[in-house]
Amino acid sequence: MEERLKAILLSYEGKTDELIPILQQVQTEFGYLPEEVMLEVAKFIRVPESRVYAVASFYAQFQFTPMGRKRVMVCRGIACHIRGASRILDEVGRILGIKEGETTPDLEYTLETVACIGCCALSPCMMINKKVYAKLAQAKIRKTFSK
Amino acid sequence: MDKVTLTINGLKITVDKGMTVLEAALRNGIYIPHLCYHPDLKPVGVCRLCMVEIEGQGLTISCQAPVEQGLMVKTENPEIDKVRRVAVELLIVNYHADCLTCAQNNQNELQRIAAHIGITKERLERLRPPTKTVSVDTSNPFFDRDPNQCVLCGICVRTCEEIQGVSSIDFAFRGYNTTISTFGNKPIAESRCESCGECVVRCPVGALTPKKFQQPSREVKTICPYCGCGCGIYLGVRGNNIVSVRGDVDNPVNKGNLCVKGRFGYDFINHPERLSAPLIKRNGEFVEANWEEALELVTRKLSNYKGDGFATIASAKCTNEENYLIQKFTRAVVGTNNIDHCARLCHAPTVAGLAQSFGSGAMTNSINEVSDAACILAIGTNTTVAHPIIGLQIKKAVQNGAKLIVANPRKIDLCRFTNIFLQHRPGTDVALLMGMMRVIVDEGLLDETFIEKRCENFEDFKDLLSSFNLDFAEQITGVSREKIIKAARLYATCKPATILYAMGITQHTHGTDNVLATSNLALLTGNIGKPSTGVNPLRGQNNVQGACDMGALPNVYPGYQKVNDPMIKSKFENAWGCRLNDSPGLTHIEIFDAIHQGKIKALYLVGENPILSEANAKHVEEAINRLEFLVVQDIFLSETARLADVILPAVTFAEKDGTFTNTERRVQLIRKTIEPIGEAKPDWWITCQIAKRLGGKGFDFLHPKDIMEEIASLTPSYKGISYERLENGGLQWPCVTGEHPGTPILHTQAFATKSGKGKFIPLGYKPSAEVPDDKYPLILTTERSLYQFHTATMTRRVEGLNILRSHEMVEINSKDAAALGIGDGERVRVISRRGVVEAFAKVTDVSPLGVVSMSFHFSESPTNVLTNSALDPVAKIPETKVCAVRIEKLEGEEDRSADYTQR
Ligand code: SF4
Ligand code: SF4
Ligand code: FES
Ligand code: FES
Repeated sequence: MEERLKAILLSYEGKTDELIPILQQVQTEFGYLPEEVMLEVAKFIRVPESRVYAVASFYAQFQFTPMGRKRVMVCRGIACHIRGASRILDEVGRILGIKEGETTPDLEYTLETVACIGCCALSPCMMINKKVYAKLAQAKIRKTFSK
Repeated sequence: MDKVTLTINGLKITVDKGMTVLEAALRNGIYIPHLCYHPDLKPVGVCRLCMVEIEGQGLTISCQAPVEQGLMVKTENPEIDKVRRVAVELLIVNYHADCLTCAQNNQNELQRIAAHIGITKERLERLRPPTKTVSVDTSNPFFDRDPNQCVLCGICVRTCEEIQGVSSIDFAFRGYNTTISTFGNKPIAESRCESCGECVVRCPVGALTPKKFQQPSREVKTICPYCGCGCGIYLGVRGNNIVSVRGDVDNPVNKGNLCVKGRFGYDFINHPERLSAPLIKRNGEFVEANWEEALELVTRKLSNYKGDGFATIASAKCTNEENYLIQKFTRAVVGTNNIDHCARLCHAPTVAGLAQSFGSGAMTNSINEVSDAACILAIGTNTTVAHPIIGLQIKKAVQNGAKLIVANPRKIDLCRFTNIFLQHRPGTDVALLMGMMRVIVDEGLLDETFIEKRCENFEDFKDLLSSFNLDFAEQITGVSREKIIKAARLYATCKPATILYAMGITQHTHGTDNVLATSNLALLTGNIGKPSTGVNPLRGQNNVQGACDMGALPNVYPGYQKVNDPMIKSKFENAWGCRLNDSPGLTHIEIFDAIHQGKIKALYLVGENPILSEANAKHVEEAINRLEFLVVQDIFLSETARLADVILPAVTFAEKDGTFTNTERRVQLIRKTIEPIGEAKPDWWITCQIAKRLGGKGFDFLHPKDIMEEIASLTPSYKGISYERLENGGLQWPCVTGEHPGTPILHTQAFATKSGKGKFIPLGYKPSAEVPDDKYPLILTTERSLYQFHTATMTRRVEGLNILRSHEMVEINSKDAAALGIGDGERVRVISRRGVVEAFAKVTDVSPLGVVSMSFHFSESPTNVLTNSALDPVAKIPETKVCAVRIEKLEGEEDRSADYTQR
């Protein structure tokens, strides 16, 4: 971990306004913002670690826990909501054994919700990484995850 | 200050320029609702409640609007009301109000605002109740954080950053989820929070509240009993119990700020373990006695030891009046100058060194000048830990743009703010400072006019300096020459520059040389005798300055008047009506040596615990066991008191009147707040009783103020000081007449030396007495914890402080630890040539390679069993900052690595 962080910091000077670009690179490199890394970044740019956390928690692009290889994004937009998005979310959660915002211990899946993925006509729907799964029903969900 | 006149609600008011409209209104009794404004903090304008209408500017946030000549302000109109109403209702919707039990001292701002705007019951009921409830953070031993009652004004965040310089909290997440959070949203006890409670006193609502809160029935203004900062406090009382403490905003030292000990460390006063009756040892057991019996025994015994077979250890925790009496008793009644106190173990080199160069051994400038310095050199001081309120001044200076140079073997917390961190090897201060001076002279950065006009002995000094090169400095200190050069330039060119130092400078066999190196540096650059400059020794105990001033030292009477000066001697003989001994007495360590040798047979020990505080403590314990008679006067049964023949129960600072002199020479009143616990008596009363019974004259005092009158009559620097004057605030000595305003800055016109000149002293580098070798490869240095004080007789009786720090931790660098196979929190044994101590390892890179450090707060791990009692030849201070040790891991022992809240 140390080495990977050092490599990232190499291209920065340690200025306060470098915080967001550094965090973005850390997020890309590690898939999330590990605590020890945030502490090191705080020291590097000489800001309190609480400020690093404040900034990181403000932006949705940053995660504090490791992400699974597959991000499951269940839509919670209006259309999907009306057609039972919450049951879909429950079902996915039950199958994966995790709650919204969590990642499976084998780091395979992370379960999230999103506002609207723009396929309202095909609701309810979800995305796994970049692929959309539309017109979901329990059976279809089970099939998707049984592969 | 320029004035401007503006009109608020038709009322013409005149205020200082630079104020905001909100401040102008509040100052003149016009209430404008406000939530995120706090007088101590920069305004941020987030709550929008302070909205007013300014003619020509429309609706304006008054906490950020500067006053201007002729402004026409309206604080109320329907439009303003609407804005405020919406803002307040939004807050209330998310607020779990619990007004009856709110501990915010009847000062919940939200209640006041709601009342002002007139939020009706019907309206409140229509607002839906909060939908989320978050758990309360109760992890801190002194206060709770309830996010449900937080209005997100950010006052705590700004306090922690702007005032405390800690920044343990900040706004996190966003929108509806916004919350005040530590790093990682963890309990506050796991953050870098220092538990100062500054945020708690400023929170306008019930979100941050002290755990133990009782409304006091009355408050008494007095001074904090812990460190040498000497902060003003108000003690709150109910019945005979201390129930609250608050900072005194009018005290120039702390302006209301307090550290964790000062704000929360008072449980010791009413503690059940307080000594409440005299104790006499009979057949090895202490039995309670009455005062008559105890005093009779003490005087009968002591009458056998008049003269130099007797010694007194006075107390830097006691008042000036008490130290004055203790030395008067020792000199006038017993007839010996064998009196000393713990200043010997901390700042004797300051007294000896600065007396040589400046003629006066004390802080040259005042605490509140530090924040205006352009450059601060903090050497051998872990200021934020040992002098927290002065630490705040340093952080404020940095915020004001000051350059900070920290010189310390350990990477202390202040390093977060440094421009240059000089991490020199322990005991190499002279080499480091001489290196800097060499640069200053070579580059012509010295203040020649100042040297010419106000100094002497410069040529000798310069000759010596030329034999001193940077290669040598670099090699000895381990600091790169580039850094030494940079630091020298910074210090010499950013004026005014001030030097702060503490025991990292003094506790060495060459402590006096270290002190002289700092004074040379200040003279060289003319950084003395002006505001925000100087050489400023930060003294440890609440009244260690006073105890020195009062002559609780073997060679001087009060006011540093020499015992072997015949004129002075006859002055005191006349005043005290007795014959006096003109041979200087023995110093602290020498007293214990003399006891060992059977030369001193009886000891009167007041409020001191040498078994833990003295270097090579085993030697001290052996000595004490050889005494024929030991009287201890204390508030608790300390480790040393256990060995006494008679223990006389004294009172704490809260149970008596008197004065303390803080580290900046400020004499301040302490006031009796509660009645003595049990049969305990003030130290001054006890000393008078013993003295009178031994035939002493001039001990018939009814009140400490009469003692101060006698002090003033005999001590030139205290001549103008009286209780009457002190009622209106402290006075900094020298204060030479009844009208003299006191002296915030020393040496402005002339130095206090005989010639009136500041004296350069040529110095050479001397290594520490004990250096590491194969058998003892590590250097042990000593330090302090913010949460304990000295030998912890008081602080260990404050439950919360022990939650924050309960045991000794040996700080060790991660590489050294790895080489020894030691993990964080594991139990280790530390071994020196003199003894063995067990403690827990704390693996941290605060400690440099090859250096470990320990505090001396814990009797279970008595660090001073390890330290070296080799003495500085001039000041006779033992070298507690450097000795050689080795460390071994203890297998199969308890592991404290999970105690991540210990610091
Ligand atoms: S905890 Fe108190 S001071 Fe801090 S933001 Fe909330 S209401 Fe303001
Ligand atoms: S108690 Fe002091 S250090 Fe802790 S959060 Fe409050 S202001 Fe900061
Ligand atoms: S609401 Fe789900 S895709 Fe639009
Ligand atoms: S007090 Fe002015 S915006 Fe909060």
